Amino acid sequence: MSREIRAERESRDGERGAATRCDQREHLEKRTENEVNREQRPASREVRADGGEPTAYDSDVEAAIREDQPALITYITAGDPSLKDTKAYVEALDRGGSDLIELGLPFSEPIAEGSTIQAAINRALDAGTTPEGFFELVADLETEAPLLVMTYYNMILQYGDEPDVRPFVERAAEAGLSGIIVPDLPAEEAGPLREACDDNGLDLVFIIAPTTEGERLDQIMSQVSGFAYVQARLGTTGARANVSGATHDSLARLSEYDVPKAVGFGVSKGDHAAEIIEAGADGVIVGSALVDIIAEHSSAGSGTESQNIASSDDPSDAVDALEAKAQELKRGARRGADTVTVDPEERPEPEQP
Amino acid sequence: MSTERERDGESESGRTGTFGDYGGQYVPEALMPAVQELEDAYQRYVLENEDGFMDEFRERLRDFGGRPTPLQRADRLSERYDREVYLKREDLVHGGAHKLNNALGQVLLAKYMGKERIIAETGAGQHGTATAMAAAHLDMPCEIYMGRTDVNRQRPNVYRMRMNGAEVNPVEAGSGTLKEAINETMRDWATTVERTHYVIGSVVGPHPFPKMVRDFQAVIGDEVRKQIQEKAGRLPDSVVACAGGGSNTMGAFHAFVPDEAVDLYAVEAGGSSLEIDEEEGLAPNSATLSTGTDGVLHGAMTKLLQSTDGQIMESHSVSAGLDYAGVGPELSHLVETGRVTPASVDDEDALNGFHRLSRLEGIIPALESSHALGYLEEEHETLGDLVVVNVSGRGDKDLETVLEETETRDLVAAPDVEVFDG
Repeated sequence: MSREIRAERESRDGERGAATRCDQREHLEKRTENEVNREQRPASREVRADGGEPTAYDSDVEAAIREDQPALITYITAGDPSLKDTKAYVEALDRGGSDLIELGLPFSEPIAEGSTIQAAINRALDAGTTPEGFFELVADLETEAPLLVMTYYNMILQYGDEPDVRPFVERAAEAGLSGIIVPDLPAEEAGPLREACDDNGLDLVFIIAPTTEGERLDQIMSQVSGFAYVQARLGTTGARANVSGATHDSLARLSEYDVPKAVGFGVSKGDHAAEIIEAGADGVIVGSALVDIIAEHSSAGSGTESQNIASSDDPSDAVDALEAKAQELKRGARRGADTVTVDPEERPEPEQP
Repeated sequence: MSTERERDGESESGRTGTFGDYGGQYVPEALMPAVQELEDAYQRYVLENEDGFMDEFRERLRDFGGRPTPLQRADRLSERYDREVYLKREDLVHGGAHKLNNALGQVLLAKYMGKERIIAETGAGQHGTATAMAAAHLDMPCEIYMGRTDVNRQRPNVYRMRMNGAEVNPVEAGSGTLKEAINETMRDWATTVERTHYVIGSVVGPHPFPKMVRDFQAVIGDEVRKQIQEKAGRLPDSVVACAGGGSNTMGAFHAFVPDEAVDLYAVEAGGSSLEIDEEEGLAPNSATLSTGTDGVLHGAMTKLLQSTDGQIMESHSVSAGLDYAGVGPELSHLVETGRVTPASVDDEDALNGFHRLSRLEGIIPALESSHALGYLEEEHETLGDLVVVNVSGRGDKDLETVLEETETRDLVAAPDVEVFDG
């Protein structure tokens, strides 16, 4: 199975390679443009409050992905079922081997999310989660993994007295966040946020969808910082039984860009992580499967009913389960990387039955 | 006369699809190619009439839709308010509301674009009904998302959609109204975008929807302009239309925007109060233009009912069709620049407007349009000598709600509903 995928990828890469050579000049120009864009941005490390050493990479987000490949990126919704629980959960994900952690700042109209994360957002809002409470949680967290905030554009605009992205970005940097992901902000509308993130040393991660192609893809990839969030399938977030076939196509399309690529949407098991890394990704992103664990241990049920939730029934169970899940995913990712790095010539022959 | 770009508030160097500070394209990345494909189709087929699209659209509007609709002098209202009152009879469009103008345009456009499937959201059910009719007429499969609360309060329209062959998917989330239905339709679209067209029902959403829907609805104001000159020999002093998302409003206003002498009034749902309950996240109204603040929802920067943190409020109106926490970005821009005057009428005055028109003119208006009629009653003295009110739809769909609401209130214009036993 894995060999088939590998062979298919090699053949696709071969075809692409031929096409690439024809347009080599154009691609070189594109690369140069990317590099110039990056050089113009200050490295996050340089302005981080912790005064950490600058790395060889553009930012600590990129470093986190590149230095411990394959990378595991985990997501949970802040405030689900309470900010206190979130702190314990994030620390568990960190111990479990997350290289980056995305924290969802809940917005009432999460159009890019499936039912699992929408329910988590409802639980967090019912528990009274506010942007300020979120930033206080972030400031209080001590994790090895850099933290990113994932939220919708209106939440960013409304922080502060007037609709403006800057107060949010400044507060995010002050609280110790390393980057921002905004599912309803395409590159075309991202100018003001891009500028504010650059000024404050934050990465702005863009999502690459299965529908993103051609010139549009070039434009977005030239703006990406930290990593490219590769959406494995069309639709909304949510754990799925299988890795989407679109993942392989997406990664093949992106192979010529020297930007770390992490694949999310539908990833729920170690085996998925292995398959995705094997397909050529630098990292895997897992959200709904972790939120499911939190929901199982929470008294809130579906979260659609309005009720105040102080904390989960048994946070320690959820903490253990989250840490174990992160370990499973990280192991899966490593397994995928091992398969990729072993040369097929040197791979032991399968045993004859 | 100002150019189209200037009127839309777009500067030469500015972003596309904006009206001053409002509008834009705030959608998940997966939808951007579809939005751009639509932008291209809008340019070619709608603006440039490629392949005779607009000719076919106008022909179908006439033969299937029943246009033009009359501009009727309302004799008893004219007498009551001592001025000339004309009613634009969008209630006489096929399906009973202005919604067909847009639904027919978009379903036809989807067909020209080679899409295989139609989806739409609906609040009161009028847009869903119009889309289901247009889809049946043009032989396209169609699915409609509708909030659970709205399914319950607009049952006749649910039946009508199903009779026209559409599937109706109730949305249980939140308060089960239009906002939730839009969220769910966007999710469907993000999953099936390559073969599906999302028929947005108002002048809301990402560019090009606000402009395109406005252009499909502009037939209302174009007809009024011609008809009022034939009947009264001049342009009106004011045009009054109700505003939820704002499609009948922009449709009625668009032709008059350059005519500074014509006052434009957008009447929103004042609900039970204009005050908001920040703690509960509730606005007991849908008066976005009057009380909202700038933000991003459902693909566009516009005015919104939202908390100071940016959470969208649950809105309210006795009229399901106005019950929305956002509004079209072009209307936000026209209000911001002072061209359109925002106003609001509460549930009770709207219900009185409903009964008054039914009793005096023999026209049962939609509860949405009843807000415009409520405003006419309250503010007729400020509207000039020649007034046009857009009756955006008919009220048959609202009878259950009206009977229920009338029983619990002391309405001056209502008949005694207790004797409605048979």
